[in-house]
Amino acid sequence: MAKKDKPKSKSRRKFLIRGGLGTLGVLALGTYVFRNPMRRMTLEMIETMVPPYSGTGTEANLWFEITTDNNLILHQPKVEMGQGTFTGLAQIVSDELDMNISQITVTAAETATGIVDGMSTGGSLSVAQLWTPLREMAATMREFIKIEGAKKMGVDASSLSTADGILSGGGKTMSYAEAIADLKEFNLPKTPELRPVKNYKNVGKPIPRIDLTPKVMGDPIFGMDVEMPDMLHATVIRPEHVGASLKSADTSNAEKMPGVVKIMKKDGWVGIIANSFAEALAAKNKVTVEWDIPKKWSDEDLKEYLKIGQGNKQITQKKGSALDEEGEGVINMEFRSPIGAHAQIEPNGAVAYVKDGKATIKLSTQVIGVTQKQVAEALGMDNEDVNVIGTYLGGGFGRRLNTAHAVKAAQMSIEVGKPVKYFFTRKEEFQNDLFRPPTHHIMRGKMNGDKLEALEHHYASGDVAMNSVIFPAAMGTILGSDVGASRGGSIMYGKIANRRSVQWHRTLPFATSWWRSLGLLANTFAIESFIDEMAINAGKNPVDFRLSMLGEEENQKRIRKVIEEAAAKGNYTDKATGNRAMGFAASIDANAPCAHVVEVSVDGNKVRVEKVTCVLDSGLIVNPDQVRAQCEGSIIMGISAALHEEMYLKDGRLFPINYGSYDMALMKHSPKEIDVHLVQGAENPLPVGEPPLGPIAAAIGNALKRITGKRLTELPMKV
Amino acid sequence: MKISFTINGEAKSVEVSDGNSPLLWAIRDGLDLKGTKFGCGKAACGACTIHVDGNAVRSCSFPAKLAEGKEITTIEGLSKDGKTHPVQQAWIDEVVPQCGYCQPGFIMATAAMLDKIPNPTDEDIDKNIINVCRCGTYYRMRKAIHRAAKMNGNTDVQ
Ligand code: FES
Ligand code: FES
Repeated sequence: MAKKDKPKSKSRRKFLIRGGLGTLGVLALGTYVFRNPMRRMTLEMIETMVPPYSGTGTEANLWFEITTDNNLILHQPKVEMGQGTFTGLAQIVSDELDMNISQITVTAAETATGIVDGMSTGGSLSVAQLWTPLREMAATMREFIKIEGAKKMGVDASSLSTADGILSGGGKTMSYAEAIADLKEFNLPKTPELRPVKNYKNVGKPIPRIDLTPKVMGDPIFGMDVEMPDMLHATVIRPEHVGASLKSADTSNAEKMPGVVKIMKKDGWVGIIANSFAEALAAKNKVTVEWDIPKKWSDEDLKEYLKIGQGNKQITQKKGSALDEEGEGVINMEFRSPIGAHAQIEPNGAVAYVKDGKATIKLSTQVIGVTQKQVAEALGMDNEDVNVIGTYLGGGFGRRLNTAHAVKAAQMSIEVGKPVKYFFTRKEEFQNDLFRPPTHHIMRGKMNGDKLEALEHHYASGDVAMNSVIFPAAMGTILGSDVGASRGGSIMYGKIANRRSVQWHRTLPFATSWWRSLGLLANTFAIESFIDEMAINAGKNPVDFRLSMLGEEENQKRIRKVIEEAAAKGNYTDKATGNRAMGFAASIDANAPCAHVVEVSVDGNKVRVEKVTCVLDSGLIVNPDQVRAQCEGSIIMGISAALHEEMYLKDGRLFPINYGSYDMALMKHSPKEIDVHLVQGAENPLPVGEPPLGPIAAAIGNALKRITGKRLTELPMKV
Repeated sequence: MKISFTINGEAKSVEVSDGNSPLLWAIRDGLDLKGTKFGCGKAACGACTIHVDGNAVRSCSFPAKLAEGKEITTIEGLSKDGKTHPVQQAWIDEVVPQCGYCQPGFIMATAAMLDKIPNPTDEDIDKNIINVCRCGTYYRMRKAIHRAAKMNGNTDVQ
C-alpha cells in the first residue's frame, strides 16, 4: 500500500471495536452502581484510571501509510490543539516501526479514515490512551513489512534488521515502500513482543515539536484557514440574552446589502451568507430581531440559584462520620469561583460543502465522531456520507467538545449549493461559550490537637459532564453526580479519619461544560486553601502538615513524593519577607499528583507571581520538553483564572464580550521563572495537560495570606 | 474599490467591497495569505498583527483604504532572502508554540519592537508585547525575545 486506499464505507463495519472499560463499560454496571457505595467506587475508578482507547479502526494498515518516497503518514484519531500529542505519537511510532522522526507526518483525525475515537481528544488522555495500542500496531506493521520485504528480497524475514525505514540483511537492503509496493492484500501477522521502553531511542527525549516550523511560519493549518473553491462566507445571528429564543426577524433591509447571496431563517436562527465576511457582517447589522427573553438573569439570581443546598445532592466521598456544622470546634469556611470563558483565540467555525448527498466538513473540533453524527442526523444522511475532517486547533481547552455549529454550516451550504465558511464573532464566543460553571464550596474541618480529625468538602456546580454530547445521558442517573464537577473534589489525605465530599449539582440557565481540568481548579482552590488555614491554626508548617496526613498506600506515596520534591526544589518557607511570600498547594488528578511552590509579591493592589516551582508525576514521560510546556501553560492559565478572569451576568446578558475587558493573564503577568521537575511514579504515561492546573490558585492564595494576613476565598482573588 | 500596496515585497492590488472594511480580510481572503489571524476583530488580542511601513498594526481594525501605497509585511514575508528571521528562529529554538494560533501575531509584534528597541529589558517586553496567548506560552516567548535580540539577524534558513 504505497498509497493507502481510503476504506470504503462498507468495510468500516468490520473494524475492531474495543469495548472500552471507560465510561461506557461502566454503564454496564448500572444496576449495581445505583447503590451509593458502588457509585463512589465507580467514581473513584473513573478518576484514577486511564480508560483504554475505545475508538474504531484499530487495524495497523489503516494507521500507517507508507508513501512511495518512503515516508510515513500516520493516520490517527486525535487532533493537535497545542498539547503536543502529534509529536508524542510520532516518537512512539518511530521507536517501534524504526523510522526516523523526520520521515513521519501526522494527520489530524478524519472520519473517512475509519479511525474514529470513541470519545474525544480530551481529558489529557491522547498519549496515555494510545501508548499501548499504537506501539502494538507499529510493531505489527514493522513485522508485516519485514515479512513482505523478505519475500521480495529472497531472504529469511528473521535475518532482516530495520532502521530509518530500510530493511537490511543478507547483504541486501530494501526500503519499506518497496517492500510493500503493489500489495493488494494485507495479511497482518500476530503482534510481536513490544520492545522494552529502555531500548527506545526517541521516547523519553525532548524532541522538538514536529509542527514547529508551520506554526512559526504562519502556514494555513487551522480550521479558520480552510478554503474551498467558490466558497461563500456566513454569519449567524445568536441571542445576547441567556435563554433567549428568536421571535421574529425582519431581514428586508439586510437582503439589499451588497454582497449578500442569501439570508435564511431556520429553526430559530438566521444565517446571512455573502461573498465576503465583511459583507455578511455588514448585512447582519441591518437585521432587526425580536427575542423572547423568559427571564433576565443577574449575578444575584445566579448566586441564589447555584449554592450548596440547591439541586441534586450526592455524596461523592465518604469515610468515617460526618461533622455537625455547628458542633464544637468545627470550623466552616466558604469559597466561590466565577463563570469562566474558554477564550481560545481561534473562534469556532466550520467550512461545509454538501453536494450530491455527501457532506464534507472541515473544522477545528475535539470530536470528529460526534460532529459527524450531529450533521448526519440534522441533514437526514447516513453517517458514512458525512466526512468530518479535523484541522489543527487554535486552542481547545474543552470548548470544542461540542461543535454542533457544523450543522448550521452544512445547512447553509445546502441552501446556496456552495461551500460555506461560517464562524463566530468574538462577542458571540463570549456570550455563547459552554462556560466553566461557577462553583460554591463550604469546607468544614475539626482539629484534634495538631491533627485534622475530620475534613469535609461540600460543593455546588453547574453541568460539566452532565448534558454533554460526549457523555452518555444515562451516566448522570447511574452515577448520581456530575463526574466532571467532582474532579479534584475528594480529599486526598488518607490519614484523615473522617472525610467527606458532597456534590450539589444543578443545570444552569446558560450552557456550561468542560473547561481544561474541569472541577479540579475550583475544588483544589477550596480544599488546599482550607488545609493551609488549618495548618496555620495548628501552628504547623503547611508542608509538614500535609505530609503528616498521608498514608502508606501506593498513591499516597506518590503524592508524598511530589510534595517533598516541590518543597525541596522550591526551597519552601512559610515566612513572608516584606511584601513577598511563598505559597504551597498540591492535588491529584487522573492519578497524576502535582505540587506547586509559588513566590508571590504584592505592590499596592498588584499581585505578581514571580516564580513557580512545579513537580508533576505523570508516569512515563514520552516528551519531557512538551510535558514541561504543558505545565508552563497550565500554570499561566491557572494564574489567569486565579487572579484575573471572571464572566458576569447583567440585565440577562453575559459579559464581558471581548479580550481586555475579559481580563486574562498577559506577558506582564507571566512568571519569569517556571521551574518544572518531573518524577516518574508509574510505568505508563498518565495525563499531563490538566493536572498542573489543580494547585495553582490555592498556592497563590496561600502566599497572599502570608503577605496580607487575609484569606481570600473568591476567585479571581483581589487584594 | 481597488487598493494597491506592496506586500511582502510584491506589488499587489486587491478588491474590497468597502474601503473602511478591515485590511485583515483583504489579506486573508483577498490575497489568500492566511498567516495573519482573526481573533477578536476589535484590536484586543493582537492575532492579526502585521507591519505597515515598519510599524506593528492590528489589521482587524485597520481600514483597508489606508493601506493604499503602503509597504506591508505579514508573517509569510518576515523571513527574507533565504534567511529565517531571527525572531522566527528564536521561536523555533525555544520551542515556543503550543496551539500556534496566536504566534504569528506575537512574532510580528516582537519583530517590530526589536526594530525600535534592539535590546529590550523585561519591562520593555511587558510594555510592548500585549497580545493574548491562551495556551500561556509567555514564559518561553520572553526567552525567545531575548534570544532573538542576541541573534542580531545572523541566521540561515535551515
Ligand atoms: S483580531 Fe485583531 S486584535 Fe484581535
Ligand atoms: S499558542 Fe495557543 S494561543 Fe498562543
